[in-house]
Amino acid sequence: MAHLITIFIAAILTHNIALTYLLGMCPFVSLSRSVKTAFGMSFAVIFVITLTAAINWPIHRLLVYYNSEIISYIVFIIIIAASVQLVEMIMERFFPSLQASFGIFLPLITVNCTVLAVSLFMVLREYSYIATLVFAFGSAVGWMLAIMIVAAINEKLKLIGDVPKGLRGTGIIMIIAGIIALAFLGFGGMVDIK
Amino acid sequence: MSFVPVIIINLILLIITILLAIADHFLVNYGICNIDINVDEKLIEIEGGQSLLSSLYANDIFIPSACGGKGSCGYCKITVTAGGGQVLPTELPYLTRKEIRSNLRLACQVKIREDIFIRIPSELLNIKMFTATLESIRDLTYDIKEIGMRLIEPSEISHRPGQYVQIQTPSPGGDIFRAYSISSPVYELNTVELNVRLIPGGIGSTYLHNLQVGDTVKFTGPYGEFILNDDPSVEIICVGGGCGMAPMKSIIYSIYDRCPDRSCWLFFGCRTTKDIFYLDEFKQLADKHPGFHVIYALSDKLDDQSWDGDTGFIHLAVDKYLKTNIKRQAFLCGPPLMIEATMKVLEQKGVVPQDIFYDEF
Repeated sequence: MAHLITIFIAAILTHNIALTYLLGMCPFVSLSRSVKTAFGMSFAVIFVITLTAAINWPIHRLLVYYNSEIISYIVFIIIIAASVQLVEMIMERFFPSLQASFGIFLPLITVNCTVLAVSLFMVLREYSYIATLVFAFGSAVGWMLAIMIVAAINEKLKLIGDVPKGLRGTGIIMIIAGIIALAFLGFGGMVDIK
Repeated sequence: MSFVPVIIINLILLIITILLAIADHFLVNYGICNIDINVDEKLIEIEGGQSLLSSLYANDIFIPSACGGKGSCGYCKITVTAGGGQVLPTELPYLTRKEIRSNLRLACQVKIREDIFIRIPSELLNIKMFTATLESIRDLTYDIKEIGMRLIEPSEISHRPGQYVQIQTPSPGGDIFRAYSISSPVYELNTVELNVRLIPGGIGSTYLHNLQVGDTVKFTGPYGEFILNDDPSVEIICVGGGCGMAPMKSIIYSIYDRCPDRSCWLFFGCRTTKDIFYLDEFKQLADKHPGFHVIYALSDKLDDQSWDGDTGFIHLAVDKYLKTNIKRQAFLCGPPLMIEATMKVLEQKGVVPQDIFYDEF
């Protein structure tokens, strides 16, 4: 149990997938202009990452059993794309209001490297099934934390309005993300992911 | 070399394909839904799952849409009173808070999942799909052509001066529609004339410029919010720039067909003498009708000796010639900057914003 909590906290803070590995940067930069869109995107990310890790783990075991690990990358990608499609269809049919608020972000996630990275880390670190789920969920929550912090700072900055013209938009977001990443370095050594 | 990975990957692909096909069949199938237009005025039965815009198109109701349903023009606004679901984030950039409160939606983004109740202005219900043959092509300048079309089915069009049609343009991803203003006057019932400037890479203008006399063209229309004031004492101001001449020509010829003495100004801005067209026709018209004044102004190459008319941007000419506080109505057509500058001048001259109509492109 303690092991799982360690993984969870490490995935959020010390090994934050956005701020220490710099993964998932395209939606991170483009959707962190308002807290509301960042929130919708984060929910979609949490959902998809946990779901795909849960499906990819048994499939990876199957590949190992048949000695076909060579195709694991491509299988992961296919599984991610297909499950996002499926989730979108189910959501559109049964939860239209949910679809309206964060469903439109789902297609964006199909090509998000965070999702693939989590599946690859779970293989690399030889997690058990439960540990994989906790790690996947934790990583996604960490990504949410990072994008929400940056979006909130960005919104506040817009109110003050003294960002130099050339830095507005992507430029200032990169700087904010860099400073926050430095701040996250302070968590280093608190917990380890292994 | 082992074949196991190949077999496994094929198996996985097969399973996923079957799963998606099953999901597609059971989840995306919404059964037959009804579209109720203007409270029982018209009832359409349609298979659910499509967008409202394409369902209406399939039933010959042509809502204006310049982007072809991609949610990037914001023209296809209609009132959905029930059954449209929530306003989607993709619609928000095109709707004001007031419009959201009054149930306006973008028809291309609303997906039909249940019976839906909508309101469409009766004018839009009158929009038809026309088939026409190309009757004449004339070069107006090096890049603008005048294209005349004779209507076949239906054989007559009834439009207001300054309205536009949407030309059906074949493209690899299916037909798309591009909007062009009608330049022929309203009394020509059997023909529609357009002024088309060739835009490099433009789908609609390339298509129209490559047509030959005798080719068949399809379009929908008429669309447009331009409403000409019929009171002859109201002075009409037309300001065009670039190739924004078509609606002006239609307005001016329609006016002088009915009221030969009405006062009207045409201001037209071009870059160089190469861009001038219709000037001789308008000069002849001005000789016949003393109330008609035509001013062309060139903005580039001001040292051109062959030009003795006005120079500079067109809003400066508007400022120079118009007196203040006369009852007027203005129609503007041209690039956004020209419209913005001209609006300011017109407001200084005492024209209220409600009497200014404009088309930006």
